[in-house]
Amino acid sequence: MTAQQPLDHFVSKAPFNPATDEKLTPEQERYYMASQWQMVWRKLRRHHLAVVSGVILLLLYLSIFVTEFIAPYALTTRHTDHLFAPPQTIHFVHEGEFVGPFVYGYTYRLNMDNLKREYTPDLRQVNKLRFFCEGDSYRFWGLVEMNFHFVCPARNTEFFWLGTDRLGRDMFSRIMYGTRISLTVGLIGITISFVLGIVVGGLAGYYGGWTDAIVQRSIECIRSFPELPLWMALSAALPVDWSPIVIYFGITIILGLLDWTGLARSVRSKLLALREEDFCTAAVLMGAKPSRVIFRHLMPSFTSHLIASATLSIPGMILGETALSFLGLGLRPPITSWGVLLNEAQNINVVALYPWLMLPVLPVIVTVLAFNFLGDGLRDAADPYK
Amino acid sequence: MFGYVIHRLLVMIPTLLAISAITFLIMQLPPGDFLSTHIAELQSQGESVDMAKIEFLRQQYGLDRSAVEQYFHWILGMLQGDFGYSFEFQLPVTKVVGDKLWLTVIVSVATILFTWIVSFPIAIYSATHQYSWADHGLTLLGFLGLATPNFLLALVLLYFANVVFGTSIGGLMDDRFLDAPWSWEKFRSILEHLWVPTLVIGASGTAGMIRRLRANLLDELQKQYYVTARAKGMPPFRALVKYPLRMSLNPFISDIGGILPSIISGAAVVSIVMNLPTTGPMLLRALQAQDTYLAGSFLMFLAVLTVIGVFLSDLALAALDPRIRLQGGTSR
Repeated sequence: MTAQQPLDHFVSKAPFNPATDEKLTPEQERYYMASQWQMVWRKLRRHHLAVVSGVILLLLYLSIFVTEFIAPYALTTRHTDHLFAPPQTIHFVHEGEFVGPFVYGYTYRLNMDNLKREYTPDLRQVNKLRFFCEGDSYRFWGLVEMNFHFVCPARNTEFFWLGTDRLGRDMFSRIMYGTRISLTVGLIGITISFVLGIVVGGLAGYYGGWTDAIVQRSIECIRSFPELPLWMALSAALPVDWSPIVIYFGITIILGLLDWTGLARSVRSKLLALREEDFCTAAVLMGAKPSRVIFRHLMPSFTSHLIASATLSIPGMILGETALSFLGLGLRPPITSWGVLLNEAQNINVVALYPWLMLPVLPVIVTVLAFNFLGDGLRDAADPYK
Repeated sequence: MFGYVIHRLLVMIPTLLAISAITFLIMQLPPGDFLSTHIAELQSQGESVDMAKIEFLRQQYGLDRSAVEQYFHWILGMLQGDFGYSFEFQLPVTKVVGDKLWLTVIVSVATILFTWIVSFPIAIYSATHQYSWADHGLTLLGFLGLATPNFLLALVLLYFANVVFGTSIGGLMDDRFLDAPWSWEKFRSILEHLWVPTLVIGASGTAGMIRRLRANLLDELQKQYYVTARAKGMPPFRALVKYPLRMSLNPFISDIGGILPSIISGAAVVSIVMNLPTTGPMLLRALQAQDTYLAGSFLMFLAVLTVIGVFLSDLALAALDPRIRLQGGTSR
């Protein structure tokens, strides 16, 4: 990196110890002594898109903890006089005068030609938004009764940032609540497929031979099923009388059970290459058990690769859940995910009249893109010694 | 080459057997069967159920036998071209499936062709003009294509067609051909409607293909043989087409095996959204109604279609790349 300092005693006969004589600056020391993870992080940081994506995902996942606080309304609050209300724009200036964030009220008319509910902004009604205010009550984390929200409409008015659905429920609040379900489906699913992939792939890669052949063939079998129809068949097999929360776990398990094949393959090929390394032979000769060799000696060298490929397979699960729920085979109300919300947008005639029903598409795309970019960056950074 | 083909064909047999076993297992998973669902439905509508008739049907369809027996009955029937009986439509499965399978094949083949035709020039352009603004733009577009789930793309396209043109772009042919026998006119009508589903289903596969071909070509372009060819004064286009392009074509064909399952599963959902008369919507209905044999046959057909597709792509790859046939099918 930096130029080598000339040694001041290069003709000395004294024993030469580079560790004491060749002084590293603190910066150099940090650079040369960095652990693998520090180097991964350093390399990842240079991939700006990956960092931005990571921050977006972090924010999304953090929002899960405070969903009730961010959403202006509760999940099921219905506004019967505001069915299919369009999104309201947040304004700051009213008639040349700064008022702070506010929305105009609605005037409502039912179009008798096509029975469309038409709302027009009423420019006389200036409804200033309130912040850190009291609104619908909820049980925070299922423990504490609270009614504190980040943003609420002015008293006796409504605030629908992204419009409302056919029952007059606020889309923004519902998308926020959907985030919680959609994002965790991917996490639980990936945990299952991670465990399966590592165990099965690890066995196949470490033992080789028959185990490997059997695992390879079964992976081929599973992979030759088109993913979605198989998911559809499995989730259609979930009993109808199960409660929504059990269905939720059922779906995540289905997603995880069929997704491990890719991970198992990459674990296997990495292990096949690594088990020939000297340090592995040394461990075996010293009498380490296979489990110790795999988990203690081999795993650390490709954990970063595993994390990268896991990151790249989470979006597949999120999309899978979205597709299933969209078709009505996945999660069921009252559990609300982005797919469940999109289920309402299935009828193109309704969507043509009320296009904001399609808005849950946006968080899906953003999340999937972010996971892809982050996974790409992680994959590049996974091997920092290259 | 002949030995390789035989080897691959033999490997297919246990694969197909395992697939059929999994399919059957999945079909048996839901508690009850079509008849019990049917009875419950009738009773909830207040209609009386003729138990003798139900018992007759149960015996007729072999639902009273053990699962293992049913499985062998099903699989032996399949080998003889008898795919069982659709309870809901009261017709043999082959009659119900009929054209739908062919339409699925047509849509899948069209999608693969689309993927090739579109990704080929774009990837070459991107690789030869690396880091130009066009390359960045195409890369971004590719990422968007990769990230947008195709059924949502279908929904968005349907919406815009509805709002902008005031027409529906759903369907795979003019309505008048829906039940008409195959004819040249019907085929033309299908071709006219085919581009929208092809575009929608092919988007993500195309994006992935562009990225892989670009990466491969970039690797090849840095190799010495290419540099030598250029240094000796070979015109850029000839130098590109003659060697590096051929080298990077390899994954182009081997990838078909990888993207075919995703094309078929994408097609299933897209056709539900866009109301295409392919296997997708029917599979959904069969699953909802617990029409065991129909759903099972669909799943089986789709899997077989995938296996055959992978087989063909392996053959093409073996024809293209001698290294693969020499390994006798144990390629990793």
